[in-house]
Amino acid sequence: MSDPVPERTSPLAAVHSELGASFTDFAGWQMPVRYTSDLAEHAAVRSAAGIFDLSHMAEILVYGRDAGRFLDFALAGRLSSIDVLQAKYSLLLTEAGGILDDVVVYRLGDTTYLVVANAGNRDAAAAALSERAAGFEVTVDDQSDDYALIAVQGPNSRIILEQTTGFSELSVPLDELRYYRATDGFFNGVPLIIARTGYTGEDGFELYLRADAAVLLWRALEEAGEAHGLVPAGLASRDTLRLEAGMPLYGHELGTETFPVQAALGRVVALSKEGDFVGRAAVEAGPADDARVLVGLTAEGRRAGRAGYPVMSGDAEVGTVTSGALSPTLGHPIMMAYVDPAASTPGTELAVDVRGTRIPATVTTLPFYRREK
Amino acid sequence: MSDKTTLKYTPEHEWLEIDGDIATVGITDYAADKLGDVVFVELPAVDSELASGTVVGEIESTKSVGELFAPVNGSVVEANAAVVDDSALVNSDPFGDGWLIKVRFTELPSNLLSWDEYSALVGE
Repeated sequence: MSDPVPERTSPLAAVHSELGASFTDFAGWQMPVRYTSDLAEHAAVRSAAGIFDLSHMAEILVYGRDAGRFLDFALAGRLSSIDVLQAKYSLLLTEAGGILDDVVVYRLGDTTYLVVANAGNRDAAAAALSERAAGFEVTVDDQSDDYALIAVQGPNSRIILEQTTGFSELSVPLDELRYYRATDGFFNGVPLIIARTGYTGEDGFELYLRADAAVLLWRALEEAGEAHGLVPAGLASRDTLRLEAGMPLYGHELGTETFPVQAALGRVVALSKEGDFVGRAAVEAGPADDARVLVGLTAEGRRAGRAGYPVMSGDAEVGTVTSGALSPTLGHPIMMAYVDPAASTPGTELAVDVRGTRIPATVTTLPFYRREK
Repeated sequence: MSDKTTLKYTPEHEWLEIDGDIATVGITDYAADKLGDVVFVELPAVDSELASGTVVGEIESTKSVGELFAPVNGSVVEANAAVVDDSALVNSDPFGDGWLIKVRFTELPSNLLSWDEYSALVGE
């Protein structure tokens, strides 16, 4: 019998325990699933703000003279052309055109990038990047163990950050920071990066810094957030928030058997960029014409289809649900599903087999929820 | 709210309050916490016959789906309409207003747990 994989804990674990969190295993990490109530945490992010610990995410530094050219080859996007302190959502493809991971890439300097990968794909992403680095003057440096990641999401997130004490020398003032841009600076003398990014469909920020400074930062954010409705929010609310926002989750909507175009991520693949990149030939050839495509499904009542449930058109099974929940914001069930192209037109009436009961469901465009700007 | 220490428990995280040949059944606070916010409850109809160990209802949260197992052989004498209307009662008062069904049984199974045994099972 092999030894069990050791459970990994966040640098903020003691804070979560103190806050009364329930924990869940997530990709080998013990992470907070909720503090009080999934629905209350979800609602707080939509109406005020929530603070999330995302320290399980993987941070891989890529630096060296060829860093931009290397990422153009290793990833599906054109990363060499983004500005310093700009962020870009991208994909790590297999040679066969499947999705090995979805990542957010930050350009930290002319020749330095930060690739943020999913916790469960940390090793696969780091290994793929390292393998693809052959022939480039570049270093791939998995620093996941040294980084903490804290997200503040929700309409009040900007004022909370502006009132947080301890930030200094921010290269871009927070009120000038645009969506998918970042600023570097310091928190109590510790270097940090604040990005205007997130995974909830709300305005928000993600803050990266050394793991040993995470507790102080969390406390400072909570203190500033107290007057603005900030609540600690767990992974359960994060999942319903991202589902409402129509954001794909690796292992549910994305995987190595999925081509980007099936997941409506064709725009993420920069086919116009010069030179070869991993997966290019396969993506250009494309999936089969009848390959299933990602759609949204809405239903009435309170029962949602869950991952793996069949999607039916009459007696024919035409798809499979990949994520589903009763939408806390909208009050009705929402689902993402892969369905046959013939069943993918918005407005198409289908059904989801919910443990033997057919629930009528209507194909809809994603996202289900869009914040007012 | 029932006195937790006088109830019987199943390993499936249900509690039973025995009164003569009627068992009131609910899920424990441990199960309710694990599920998260309950958003949908489906209960068996009054007069339906239950076979111990079979799935007779569903308790759905935003995050997952829990099943209600029949803890005894018997027939349903009452299903809690309040919890069907307001499923949040399962979280807010699992041992009280969040009860699920009342069952008339002929015999109690031998594998029910005491409070101490159940507490040990869930590590509290």
